Amino acid sequence: MNTITINGKAYSVGEDELELSLLDYLRERRFLPGTKNGCEKGLCGSCTVVMDDKAVRSCRLAVKKAVDSSIVTIEGMEGPGGELHPLQKAFISSGAIQCGFCTPGMVMNAYALLLRDPNPSRDAIRKAMRGNLCRCTGYQQIVDAIELAAKIIREQELSPRAGCFSR
Amino acid sequence: MSFDNAFRNDARAKATGRATYADDISYAGMLHAVPVYADYVAAKDMRVEATEALAYPGCVRVITVADVPGVSTFGQIEKDYPIIASSRVRSWGDVCAIVVADTRDAAKAAAALVKIRATAIKPVLTMDEALEPGAPVVPAYGDSNIVVHHRLRHGNPDPVFASCELVLEEEFETQAIEHAYMEPETAVCVPRSDGVIEVYGSMQHPFSTRRFVAALLGEPLSNVEVYTISVGGGFGGKDDNAAAVCARAALAARLTGRPVKLRYDREWSFRETYKRHPYRLRYKVGVSSEGRVLAVRATMHADSGAYLSVTPWVTWRSTAQCFGPYAIDDIHADVYGVATNNIFTGAMRGFGAPQVNFAVEQLMDMAAHKLKIHPLGMRRINMVKQDSTTVTGQKLTGHTVSLEEVMNRVVHEIGYRKKYEQCSFGKSEGDELYGIGLAISYRGASLGAEGMDFCSSIISGQNDGSILLEAGIHENGQGSESTMCLILADELGTDIKRIRYRRSSTSSIPDGGTTVATRGTIMGGSAVVVAARQYRQLLAEHLAARLRCEPKDVTFHDDKIWGLNFEYSLTWEEAMRELFLQRITPYAFGTFQAPPVSWDDTNGQGDAYFTYVYSCQAVELSVEKKTGKVKLLNIVAGHDIGKAINRAMLIGQMFGGVTQGVGMALMEEFVREGGKTSCLNFDKYQIPRMTDMPEMTGIIIENNDPNSLTGAKGIGEPALELIAPAIGNAIYNATGIRYRKMPIHISPEDLA
Repeated sequence: MNTITINGKAYSVGEDELELSLLDYLRERRFLPGTKNGCEKGLCGSCTVVMDDKAVRSCRLAVKKAVDSSIVTIEGMEGPGGELHPLQKAFISSGAIQCGFCTPGMVMNAYALLLRDPNPSRDAIRKAMRGNLCRCTGYQQIVDAIELAAKIIREQELSPRAGCFSR
Repeated sequence: MSFDNAFRNDARAKATGRATYADDISYAGMLHAVPVYADYVAAKDMRVEATEALAYPGCVRVITVADVPGVSTFGQIEKDYPIIASSRVRSWGDVCAIVVADTRDAAKAAAALVKIRATAIKPVLTMDEALEPGAPVVPAYGDSNIVVHHRLRHGNPDPVFASCELVLEEEFETQAIEHAYMEPETAVCVPRSDGVIEVYGSMQHPFSTRRFVAALLGEPLSNVEVYTISVGGGFGGKDDNAAAVCARAALAARLTGRPVKLRYDREWSFRETYKRHPYRLRYKVGVSSEGRVLAVRATMHADSGAYLSVTPWVTWRSTAQCFGPYAIDDIHADVYGVATNNIFTGAMRGFGAPQVNFAVEQLMDMAAHKLKIHPLGMRRINMVKQDSTTVTGQKLTGHTVSLEEVMNRVVHEIGYRKKYEQCSFGKSEGDELYGIGLAISYRGASLGAEGMDFCSSIISGQNDGSILLEAGIHENGQGSESTMCLILADELGTDIKRIRYRRSSTSSIPDGGTTVATRGTIMGGSAVVVAARQYRQLLAEHLAARLRCEPKDVTFHDDKIWGLNFEYSLTWEEAMRELFLQRITPYAFGTFQAPPVSWDDTNGQGDAYFTYVYSCQAVELSVEKKTGKVKLLNIVAGHDIGKAINRAMLIGQMFGGVTQGVGMALMEEFVREGGKTSCLNFDKYQIPRMTDMPEMTGIIIENNDPNSLTGAKGIGEPALELIAPAIGNAIYNATGIRYRKMPIHISPEDLA
């Protein structure tokens, strides 16, 4: 049987679901609409989720390629008591959210970045995030947010791991 | 930089993925609809053959114009936009049919089987073609491709040119721009048992949407209830088409009796929706030897495309602000909207000002260089000051005219004077050329003489001391709801946690006008103040006895209601209980009417706007000699917005606007090829990325505006309208070459 782990919980994948895009599967079959569909061609980054600690575009990834992997979506970032991940807190306090449509993809790509680099420079943040488009903010407060979250995680010696792992 | 005071009522929902956008809504038994386009730019005798599509498994219905119970064409000014096209095709974006099926996949597959047949006719593709005598007339109404002509006559420039030291005659060109909001259009429509159609849509104006829906259905406005949900950006772009998407879904829901979702692919969104108007601007500018602009003649043509939308209003703003923030005694302008068979054009953040500023702010630098005057001095001599008279004959009184202060602040922050001396002007030892450039603007706040301007707000106190608030301004992602909450908390002296912004619907609050024209904060915020004043008065009258004072002595602060000398106070819970015992409803409805404006269409003279936002933006950049590639190094944006209400969001508006302006200046062009386009997604249509932007600095300048009850003006559009000419000026100061066309593309040969 094919299984897929989403936000720390294992699901069996039906035969009819293997050809779906991971984006459609998450939104339509697992009822996780936080992952957004902006272009369906892997061009805007709104659908970014983290698969085995790496950011992927869920619109261009078939479910069959995600079998046996561990996926984290925006819905898995909160802790068991609903406490926000430092990235989420920083996006809020830095004013990095306007329309919010790019936010889940931004947070997830930033999460993958912080897993591999706990202390990225502003330049490194911009380079890592350049595939995620935002039309509202001009990006600067998003860079501020990621920098702030990284700093808080380091200084307070927090786990950068998404909250779903501690459930 | 981080903001402890960043406030958004929807921040947690958006940070956790719980915010509900249209595509996140589903209903049991919901059908899916998709549009069908014709591969024609201009055609007649269009007909839809649907037999094969209807036979496709899961296909429920193919809707054509014959199924429309109301009117099939609608619009904000002229009702010419085909929500569903009839026999005549006027653009490649026309929707000819709607296919409804059990699933989205089935709907798409069936749509591919719909055959559209028509007789192609010769399209009108450029403004020059459209203006030729005997050219085919594109619009359904009227008998000319000139769909609007605004005139401005202030003094008489022609005799003055002869006495000018310098006369510049220049032409500039700007491009079509796609709004490129991250969320494509989507609508979910639900037929309710009481006969009402509920609409949940990705649109930026619920009342405009309601008008489109009701027109197509042929039903009264009261039959349609449009709800506010999270919207993934608009920037002026989610009006006509987004409303039409809702109308199409509503018709499908009405005809099938089931909930219907119509979600747009990005390709359909780019293909169908209106763009920013491309302009051609011709200027003749006469300047004295001291740098005083003595005479201006301006002629502008804006490509309106196949449908009118708001072209008359966009071009009106270009007319009222036809020569930047400068007081000119002798100036004539003629601004034309021209119909073609291109994808139509309409509202986009900036609304007829970015195009004009691109020309004017470069002309100022060009004149300064020719006369060997400093660009700052050139601006200082000509800019509007307190009590200046604008080109529309309006005396700038009743608010602080702070343009010089704003320019000084930006010049100081970026170090313009010293850096200007270091510009390359085409010569440098290294691989790169360096330049700094700046631009200034003023922007009439809100609609001005473009339309009726008023807005309302409702405050409803609850038994437990919590408060429900709504205003006739729509949340498009800019943070208007948060602003309204902050204003009310300030007016009532309450903890903001008491206030819940009520997600409005068109049936719960009166039409407060469109959330456009940088009018959200000034109009919605003022309406909240009016309602709050009434609410305080109501409470004061009925609580004074309990507080052992006169109603006039009751005050509201520190989350309580107070009597004289702080001797007695009531918590909000106690106050609400007291009102209940007196059988008084704690409720207020307030309307704010914009201060009067005036306009004479014959000569373009009048008090165009009741107040103005003053702005200056400056940019440093380098140009790589080998490739012509522009790298932005630093941007400073300064705006007098009256009063800052939500600083983090204000700065975010500045940065976001600047970034859209950078896209316009250097990257973006919605290419039109024979009326069609290959720009259908973010591969062919590039918008600025994180690596394209430098670190920016936003300067908030506050001169409380007495025309606004909060003192605040607005920031949405001023932020976007002037970085492009600043970049143009910086590129000239780097390369010694003047670029008159956007997007600016520097080829290595230019630099050889």
